Amino acid sequence: MTIDAITAVLLAMLGGAIRVSTPFLFVSLGETITEKAGRINLGLEGTLVMGAMSAYAASLHSGSPWLGVLAAAGAGAVFGLLHGLLASLRRVNDIALGIALMLLGTGLAFYWGKAYIQPQAPTLSAFHLGAWSDSPALRSALDINPLFIAGLLLAFALHWAFANTRIGLTLRLVGDSEAAARAAGAAVIPTRIAATVLGGALAGVGGAFLSLFYPGSWNEGLSNGQGIMAVALVIFARWQPRRCVLAALMFGAAGAIGPALQSVGISSGYYLFNAAPYALTLLLMALTCSRDTSLKGAPGELSLNR
Amino acid sequence: MSAAPARPRPLIDALLPVAALVIALMLFSLFVAMEGQAPLEVLETIFAGAFGDAFGWQNTLLRAAPLILTGLAVAIPARAGLVIIGGEGALAFGALGAAAAALALAGSPNPVIWLGMALAGMLAGGLLIGFAGALRQWRGVNETISSLLISYIAVALMNHFVEGPLRDPASLNKPSTLPLAPEAMLGNLPGLDVHVGLAVGLVCAVLAWVFLRFTIWGFTVRVVGGNPRAAAMAGLAVTPWVIGLCAAGGAMAGLAGMLEVAAVHGSCNASVLVGYGHAGILIAFIARQNPLAVIPAAILIGGIGAAGSLLQRRLDMPDATVLVLQGILFVVLIAMETLRGRAWRMPQLPAPRLAKATPAPEEPA
Repeated sequence: MTIDAITAVLLAMLGGAIRVSTPFLFVSLGETITEKAGRINLGLEGTLVMGAMSAYAASLHSGSPWLGVLAAAGAGAVFGLLHGLLASLRRVNDIALGIALMLLGTGLAFYWGKAYIQPQAPTLSAFHLGAWSDSPALRSALDINPLFIAGLLLAFALHWAFANTRIGLTLRLVGDSEAAARAAGAAVIPTRIAATVLGGALAGVGGAFLSLFYPGSWNEGLSNGQGIMAVALVIFARWQPRRCVLAALMFGAAGAIGPALQSVGISSGYYLFNAAPYALTLLLMALTCSRDTSLKGAPGELSLNR
Repeated sequence: MSAAPARPRPLIDALLPVAALVIALMLFSLFVAMEGQAPLEVLETIFAGAFGDAFGWQNTLLRAAPLILTGLAVAIPARAGLVIIGGEGALAFGALGAAAAALALAGSPNPVIWLGMALAGMLAGGLLIGFAGALRQWRGVNETISSLLISYIAVALMNHFVEGPLRDPASLNKPSTLPLAPEAMLGNLPGLDVHVGLAVGLVCAVLAWVFLRFTIWGFTVRVVGGNPRAAAMAGLAVTPWVIGLCAAGGAMAGLAGMLEVAAVHGSCNASVLVGYGHAGILIAFIARQNPLAVIPAAILIGGIGAAGSLLQRRLDMPDATVLVLQGILFVVLIAMETLRGRAWRMPQLPAPRLAKATPAPEEPA
């Protein structure tokens, strides 16, 4: 490989990391909020697909992609509410419920989405931060979507809110020790439901990015398990919103290897490179989990650490 | 008296899946009505498409064959307390392994080919899910997430080999491995238009049930699943059992992949992956992880799947309609766990923060 080709691949990976990471960022931030309150929502995959479909449909009918983003957040919130309420019932396992809602979410999205595979909806436009450059590769790498910036700001805002606001502290207390939260007079169940609703809404926005920006159309193969990987990303980020940014960028870059190599004419092993983010997640989980101790930084009430 | 402990009520517990089905059908009817279709007509079409005539039954049983096996892939590890959801990947890997074995054994007598394909498929699926069990036992990685990640990797590997090293150059539009010779395809059961895979599935389900219920090993599994710490104290080898049950489950899904190649498609290609692995999760939950109950659950879900094309043709509904019904059924089923053992009481919200000390009013004598 020549220097030029290597530069092109690296630039494509950078651009890919920024493009591909946004859905990862939103689902992982949403899952962080939910897990901080002590629940796991494994159904974010269904929420993401539902959000992608709702966003596309709302954008097509209203002509405004931002209304589409709003619709996706709403659809995600509804799924979050469903999970939050049902998981509040006794003996209902939040992980199993998540799997069920994952099937229901994708089913409903495919059902209502049949009508939207053909038409072209207005999509979100990017900030062209690379306009100063002569290199088309760099220009395309620096086409940054407003949602990516919103996700960055959100990560830092969440980090601040978890440490400095009453709501943030209540959320963490509820997630760390139900008994202590009750003693302090916190409303445990409503807090958990609210955290799941918020998590669902953010996952919906992540889906909106898929259908309204990159790849920027609606079809049934749109999501490749970004919603599932959220749970792994949150573990990798140690339940810290700022580290979610790093994790999302890393996974975005890993996912961009295949297309980046293809752009310089290396197409063999395309599918293997597609598997890179999953393999990376698995490797990181194997390295960072431990059999003897519970995960460092994990909320105490989480059913993940058995 | 509100905090009475849950008592086992076998009859009511056994009726819960039936009640869940009824409630799910009602919710689905509501959904269908809101979509502007006549619910009764839709339900009747689903029933007709699944169980209405010989053609419907054939279609249903063709789907039930792999679904029994993917249901077992979830139900067997569940006996050790694990939630494995990587059946789709194990099926893909099994199909790939079986297709590779068929290539290697081409020209051998048919029974040798079939045996080789079955062993390769089971080995591939078993190694895949056994790996998730090993990661859990040795590294503490949650098996639900790891099995799904592994599943995605397996599907990517299958695509890689089908479109790359193992691709039949003659398969232009639809990349496939080299097809089996027509006479090497698995045949139908005598008197039925359903391939022998159905019998394979039934035998596996019965064997798993007998093993788990009536043998000393099955008892061991129950102890391991019930309380791993107590099992370890009692000197049981928990880790080999957990990994072994995961591998056995993966082998079932791998066998489902082998059957799809050897009896339906003739080669390994994208048509093998139609969601049987994911449906297996729902089936195992309907069956309450009981291998024998997996059989009727697989026939039910196979029937719902088989009705999809009739819904499309007769009522012009999307084929995802059956996915919606399955999703509603799954959610209702999980939510109804709250009624287990205490069927006639309202589900209880967690204890109030402060117990009010108001005395109960005296009953007049």
